[in-house]
Amino acid sequence: MEKIAIVGVAQTKYERRKKGEIFYDMVYEVTTKAMEDAGYTLDDIDNVITVSNDFWDGRTISCMAVQEVAGAHDKNVSTVEGDGAFGAFYGAMRVLGGFKTTLVVTHSKGSEGDSKVITNAMFDPVYHRALGLDAISSSALQAQAYMEKYGITEEQCAMVSVKNHGNAKNNPCAQLPMNITVEDVMRSRKIADPLKLLDCSPVSDGAAAIIIADKDSAKKARNTPVWIKGIAHCSDAYFLGDRDLADPRALKDAAARAYAMAGITRPRDEIDVVELYDAFSYMEPLWLEGMGFCNQGDGGRMIEKGISVKGGSLPVNPSGGVLSAHPVLTAGLARIIESTLQLRGEADERQVPGARTALAHGINGPCGQSHCVWILGRE
Amino acid sequence: MAAWLQDVEDLTLKGQINVPYTWSVGEVGSRFLVALRDEEKILGNRCPSCNTVYVPPRKNCGSCFKDIDDNQWAELGPEGVVTAFTIVRYDYPLQPAKAPFAYAIIKLDGADVGFVHLIRQGLEKLRNGVRVKALFKEERTGHILDIDSFVLLEA
Repeated sequence: MEKIAIVGVAQTKYERRKKGEIFYDMVYEVTTKAMEDAGYTLDDIDNVITVSNDFWDGRTISCMAVQEVAGAHDKNVSTVEGDGAFGAFYGAMRVLGGFKTTLVVTHSKGSEGDSKVITNAMFDPVYHRALGLDAISSSALQAQAYMEKYGITEEQCAMVSVKNHGNAKNNPCAQLPMNITVEDVMRSRKIADPLKLLDCSPVSDGAAAIIIADKDSAKKARNTPVWIKGIAHCSDAYFLGDRDLADPRALKDAAARAYAMAGITRPRDEIDVVELYDAFSYMEPLWLEGMGFCNQGDGGRMIEKGISVKGGSLPVNPSGGVLSAHPVLTAGLARIIESTLQLRGEADERQVPGARTALAHGINGPCGQSHCVWILGRE
Repeated sequence: MAAWLQDVEDLTLKGQINVPYTWSVGEVGSRFLVALRDEEKILGNRCPSCNTVYVPPRKNCGSCFKDIDDNQWAELGPEGVVTAFTIVRYDYPLQPAKAPFAYAIIKLDGADVGFVHLIRQGLEKLRNGVRVKALFKEERTGHILDIDSFVLLEA
């Protein structure tokens, strides 16, 4: 792959309700900050990708409403309706396809709609929607299938929440920095067994942006470029019953292809930090298995051994992860941004010392139907 | 920060989008729903290439990318085995049952994929591996909820 890099990043603070700001304001904030971060002006951006979803925004063709504030006035602009990691994937493809620089900007305000009604609508209307399934109850099915199959305990999942909310204390953008214990998680309100309140990510508002540049344009950027070493995505079946929910096949495939592109053969040794999409606590061990950091079924033990804590041999979600802020669509791009900051050595209190290679990850669809894996590097 | 920003009252606007749809169920889906309605039967169909028996039935197999031709229909269940479940503890208006109730993935007898549906009773006995049976509604309209729910069978 030709050398392309992330040269600018920006994210808003993630909050339960940004009452004073409309989408327009949030997109403008991160677009200008990402350009500032790169040391670019609008003239240096030659195309734009916006990421939005009509149901979350409550308007059709939601992308059209943010074109000007995304810096897309008089530019080539295109849209991805899905997680920001996938939007960024499209942005990278555009740079590989001949554009010099792509700005990718995502926004969502979970606070304005109704997350249960909206996520119910992701299911097939004939067979599944009428059952009332939503993101929480479908994920609970996956959690149960996975935990039961491999003997993953609720305590092991609770340790993920404790770790990630603790990590969030080092992230000024995080919504839920918290000092909690495994017992707090275990005693929190039952939502859909085995998920309890503190196993679930919050409703969040937020926006994020990155700028991807080709090699020559990256030289003009103010910051150290972070190079895109490998990217891949893969999708599994749509109907939950068609999938083995305990086996993230699509993630295994995406990770294998991203590793091959990046020349990674021993991910556990070669990757220094992971930012993954932990919408629920059980997802962290399950996705770590899918990424090949441990054997299938060993994700719980990996958490228990403290490998993924800040200061462990493979820190996972030092930002606090999606459990600590879940702006839908923006959350995957935030994983890429956090990985970028780690590789620049600019992650402040949450910095993993000497991080040279990072994995960032986003998901789309119920129970991680599709996965997007990014390998980023300092060199 | 401009002085007025400190005093501004942040207003919100309430709204709702109500869009009626009339979705085609499709030929295969229609046969499935008509069988629920008229015969209290759960139909699936078999991919002639990989032999996977699908429920709900499909017009083609996504994994083989082959048509599933017309003589591959199979009557499934009405019993099956629970392979995953969750007991739901919250209510919201789109659920067809009051909490607590369960969603389960059920491997119907004769099927190779899971069938997602509801379990209303006997939640304390619910485990992976328990056998359940479809309970049909008296009044059926050609809808997935013509199956009221699945009930646990005594071991």
